[in-house]
Amino acid sequence: MNPAALIIIVVLLASAAVALSLRNLVRAALLLTVSWAGLAAFYLWAGAEFVAFAQVLVYVGAVSMVVLFAVLLTRPAPTDPPPPRATYGRVLGALLAGSAVGGLLCGAILGTPLPSSPGAPPALTVREIGRQLMGVHAAALLVAGVLLTVALLGAIVLAAAPGRRRSPDAP
Amino acid sequence: MSHLGSSFFLAVTSAPPAADHPLERLPLQLRDLLTGFLPAELRWFASAILAIVVILAVFGLLFALLTLAERKLLGRVQNRPGPNRTGWFGLLQPFADAIKMLTKEDVVPREADQVLHFLAPVALLAFSVLTFAVIPYGRNLVPLDLDAAVLYFFAAGAGTELAVFMAGWASRNKYSLLAAMRALAQLISYELPLLLSFVPVVMLSGALSTTGIVAAQAGWKWGLVPHWHVCTPWGFAGFAIFMIAALAESNRSPFDLPEAESELIAGHLTEYSGFKYALFFMAEYFGMIALSSMAITLFLGGWQAPCAFLEFIPSYAWFGAKLLVLLGGFIWVRATLPRLRIDQLTRLAWKFLVPLALINLGTAAFWRLTADWTGPLDAGRWLLAGALVVGPFLLLGRGLSAGVTPRTYRYAPS
Repeated sequence: MNPAALIIIVVLLASAAVALSLRNLVRAALLLTVSWAGLAAFYLWAGAEFVAFAQVLVYVGAVSMVVLFAVLLTRPAPTDPPPPRATYGRVLGALLAGSAVGGLLCGAILGTPLPSSPGAPPALTVREIGRQLMGVHAAALLVAGVLLTVALLGAIVLAAAPGRRRSPDAP
Repeated sequence: MSHLGSSFFLAVTSAPPAADHPLERLPLQLRDLLTGFLPAELRWFASAILAIVVILAVFGLLFALLTLAERKLLGRVQNRPGPNRTGWFGLLQPFADAIKMLTKEDVVPREADQVLHFLAPVALLAFSVLTFAVIPYGRNLVPLDLDAAVLYFFAAGAGTELAVFMAGWASRNKYSLLAAMRALAQLISYELPLLLSFVPVVMLSGALSTTGIVAAQAGWKWGLVPHWHVCTPWGFAGFAIFMIAALAESNRSPFDLPEAESELIAGHLTEYSGFKYALFFMAEYFGMIALSSMAITLFLGGWQAPCAFLEFIPSYAWFGAKLLVLLGGFIWVRATLPRLRIDQLTRLAWKFLVPLALINLGTAAFWRLTADWTGPLDAGRWLLAGALVVGPFLLLGRGLSAGVTPRTYRYAPS
């Protein structure tokens, strides 16, 4: 295997794994950003220049900010009750949701006919990419935009949940 | 080197085509001279290293001299001499400052997140240096010619927000954290008009590569008026919006709220000292230089000469002259305008610059669709596009200043 790709993949997976295991949410978010940057490096290695820069612009620049703001806005106050301990029901739910998403992804990957040998990379210009995104794949672009908006709205709803941070003697 | 000198004289007298001008070829010849002895497989690597070294040396020196020029100009505006003790005319002041910063004690709060506290200035500087890679400094001086260069530039710039957050959070100081959030609100607000104002350029020139955008602005009307984007109605509006947003993105006055030294205890830099503090300032100036270079590339014709008969001056000299003019403008603005409040700052971004940038997209689309209008229709095209730029500016400006202007000033009764 290509050593550059190997380094990128190791950094990507290691930062994601460490991010999941950290208790400190801000550090986890920053490590997740490193992982996203690794994904951009992978795109760059694969020759998809435009996608790599878009990944950095959207994920490292914008989505990381949304995540960090959400983390800081929903930080538990010292007076909040401690989070409930993990129950079997929650563990079961997490496992079910995780395996469902994993199964879906595996099915999609296995169901896609991938070329067995790397052929000649298509010489795509930015103009052609723009035409594709605005024409054939316009729906996918719109769905991605709506998804980001919904994530932002969710963060606001979580942060503005009624009753949070309202100490008894507050006005 | 003697044959170079003689060929230079020949060039001045016989004026060959601009691309073959010996002064234009000089950087390439210098590069070949320095990397020519290497085997061919190593040569690309050596030229990349050479480009990095030259960029760091040139812009490092420019940063040092810019701090001096800024202090001198501010002093001139404020009727005082400025630094004038270190070296002739104060010329050695930046180097004395560098030695002072290097030898100062580096204080890190005990409770701080040591790793992130160290990484924040490094990341900020690294991201701002990355942006220098895609700027075409001259006809033959493009360090990295990417197909999506403009996207690369703004992607690298997006990382600076992360570094600001890291600095504020890792200091474990509530003033730092609050200031970092305030800085982020500003950076995110002004990134929108910054990004929206360059979209018309990409639309009209049909290229995302910086060399393509510069090539689209080549040529002159009657040999005098350049085809730069700033000479069109939409380009002028885009340039103005871009420069205002660039002022805010590089934390320059009048948008220097993130580190307002005199009233907001230097914001996210509160817990930084010594060379780390200097690194933040270096990154700020690098960001300012990079955004000015991008403005030149997008709107001011890059390295193109303003008139046909001035083309004998090499392209990189034109780029440098434009860069110095823009940087001087940055300093002038700092000397002239008072600092905005945070609510005025966000209002200006969301209620004024973003709508204007969106309308400017429409103006650019109109300009593109009417490219084949000639004669009296051409005059109408200019009038319509001009009205599309000026009208919303006046209306929105009136709405923004409603209830604030006109101000009346009265002297205190004696």
